[in-house]
Amino acid sequence: MNFDLSPDQKLLESTAASFVKKESPVTRFRALREDPVGWSKSLWKTMGELGWLGLAFPESAGGLGGSFVDVAILLEQFGAALLPEPFVASVLCAGTAILRLGSAEDHEALLAPLIAGDTSLALAWAERGGRYDPTWVETTATPKGDEYVLRGEKIFVLNGHAADSIVVSARTAGSPGDSDGISLFVLPRDTAGLRITPVQTMDGQKAATIRLDDVVVSARSRLGAEGAAAPVLDEIMDLGAAAACAEGLGVMRTSLAMTVDYLKTREQFGVKIGTFQALQHRAVDMFIRTELTKGTSILANIKVEDPDPAERRFAVSAAKVELAIGGRHVTQQAIQLHGGIGITDEHDIGLYFKRMHVLNALFGDEEHHLARFAAQPAF
Amino acid sequence: MDLSFTPEQITFRDEVRAWIREAMPPRIREKAAVDGHFEHDEIMEWHRILHTKGWAAPHWPASWGGSGLDVTQRFILTEELELAGAPALSPFGLMMVGPLILQFGSDAQRKRFLPKILAGEEVWCQGYSEPNAGSDLASLKLSAEPDGKGNYVLNGQKTWTTYAQYADWIFVLARTDKTAKKQSGISFFLVDMKAAGVTARPTLTIAGTPAFCDTFFENVVVPGENLVGPLHGGWSLAKALLGHERTYIAAVGLSTRTLRRVKRIAATTRERGVPLLEVPAWRARIARLEIELWALRMANYRAIASAELGHAPGPESSILKIRGSEIMQQCYELAMDVMGHDALSWHNEPGTIPAIEDAIPPQFNYARAASIYGGSNEIQKNVIAKLILGLPS
Repeated sequence: MNFDLSPDQKLLESTAASFVKKESPVTRFRALREDPVGWSKSLWKTMGELGWLGLAFPESAGGLGGSFVDVAILLEQFGAALLPEPFVASVLCAGTAILRLGSAEDHEALLAPLIAGDTSLALAWAERGGRYDPTWVETTATPKGDEYVLRGEKIFVLNGHAADSIVVSARTAGSPGDSDGISLFVLPRDTAGLRITPVQTMDGQKAATIRLDDVVVSARSRLGAEGAAAPVLDEIMDLGAAAACAEGLGVMRTSLAMTVDYLKTREQFGVKIGTFQALQHRAVDMFIRTELTKGTSILANIKVEDPDPAERRFAVSAAKVELAIGGRHVTQQAIQLHGGIGITDEHDIGLYFKRMHVLNALFGDEEHHLARFAAQPAF
Repeated sequence: MDLSFTPEQITFRDEVRAWIREAMPPRIREKAAVDGHFEHDEIMEWHRILHTKGWAAPHWPASWGGSGLDVTQRFILTEELELAGAPALSPFGLMMVGPLILQFGSDAQRKRFLPKILAGEEVWCQGYSEPNAGSDLASLKLSAEPDGKGNYVLNGQKTWTTYAQYADWIFVLARTDKTAKKQSGISFFLVDMKAAGVTARPTLTIAGTPAFCDTFFENVVVPGENLVGPLHGGWSLAKALLGHERTYIAAVGLSTRTLRRVKRIAATTRERGVPLLEVPAWRARIARLEIELWALRMANYRAIASAELGHAPGPESSILKIRGSEIMQQCYELAMDVMGHDALSWHNEPGTIPAIEDAIPPQFNYARAASIYGGSNEIQKNVIAKLILGLPS
């Protein structure tokens, strides 16, 4: 066992920490809340130049062949600074789908410009009737000669409002809930019949509702064999959940640090409020929760790449539940300890509270992962 | 970053497991199988068996009969013993006074006391708390006055002296200077429980068994050679004990075993014919606690890995005692809840409730002590607030 970062990983961590401090102070995110895209294409390009957008991809696909532990180092810093660029949606969700199921040509056409920071992507998997189950696909893809006709609706597609291309799951056979019969299609955003409606999320970021009204696509836009996408979607759900854990850990750390700072400076009754034992113990409880989440987040970072899907699910679901328990506790207490100022939009702590809530709801909430954890053979 | 044990560590774990299976006497094995309550003589029997293997005090230096095992191996050994349901050895000699004598004692004291602690020939108890000195330990009043002949005379009372009724020796903090600031007038003594004037009176605990005692000292003469460390310097000894290895304190193995019991009970306890383990609400509750236990286990792993690399204990180690005790309590509480009516049973004839459930009600009760002893969880939080978060006092 060894949980120390390697020298390279320490360098990545310090580079990312100073990058977000310099390039992405929370004031930038505040301004981007009013922007229709909600993130910066020039900063995305810089992230590409730093090699970060290729970190998760193998060298054979033009990436750097990093591990998920490396990716998590970035994500924790992104979370700590509320960086809104669409790393998870583009790289981990759509990117993994293309990497696993696409051809070498797909890699060249779709991953190369993503890795360079020239494009961004999205994965449209969630449907209103399916909550967090990616096999609940009511959207249909009906073969018609050398083409498919897609019909259906996808909700809260992360980066769907801005992505150059959207990977869409649709059913080529079977019924909602079946693992077999799900295919993924790559649709450029200007595809006829693809209706993208931007929506706001609670944390000040953006997503999209996507309607597919008899969208006709060529069979070449299908990724991989027909009907075989479910295992990759299952893996992506775990990557997304593990990413939420890493980002959430950054959110928790910042929330704790801001709160401890506040306790050391705010005065009431003529003394620093951090002298009150009742508040000290609340702060310690926040610290304990942050440390516990760090541990399970490490577990998820390592196990999310485990070749055995049962091991992967067990660890990631555990980590996502622990994130929900800890993240909720820490950000709620952070607001409580800030008092009235914590309720204002003007103070940053509320932004962290909201981001945490969104991360808890993405890629499976606490109840979903509790049930999933208990359904694994190791339970 | 690496979560796995090395092949050598896995081999060691398998050896430990096989040895425990082999070495455990039938009577102890029977109780272990149902997590029964071990009597003092059974605990000492197991102590002596572990000693023959060299594993009674794995954390002691090899020169004093320790095992020579490294941090991770010690963790593996502790966890395997807990997972096997083996009797927990009395910590007062092996974990507390032994390491203190090693660090602060004279050569003569080491030679006199350590071998007998190791062999289980002398049993120890701890004399820290007093009726009016609990969390505020430094306000203790047991007085030790020189008699002019090189001895000290002790008068006063200690309380919560666990297993004093079986102990041969007690280590005490006593006040040797009543005029000094309260922390600076305290000294550390080793006292023979058979000395004239020492009386241990067992107290029934909420578990229904007499675990701890009130121990009274009436003109007890203690030879000067039984003072450990400098006169009036006892407080720093007491504090040093808290700085010793605490990676064992999370009791991850014990809670893992208790949670397995919970699942076994839930698999055989039915409501309207359905095993509780198949009922989603119960499954979710068990799953949640198992996940919280995983979080504790990871914190423990991080503390061990860090100690293995020679780092000073990091923030993760400060939470082990708090979370370890809370999770242990939650495991027993869940076991009680799963048992339903069986949880009402209190020290009845064997067979009244299934054997696997028998010990749970007393254990559930005694587990409440875990968040109090060794420095209450609130005291631990005070320390974290000050030393880690840097909050003002």
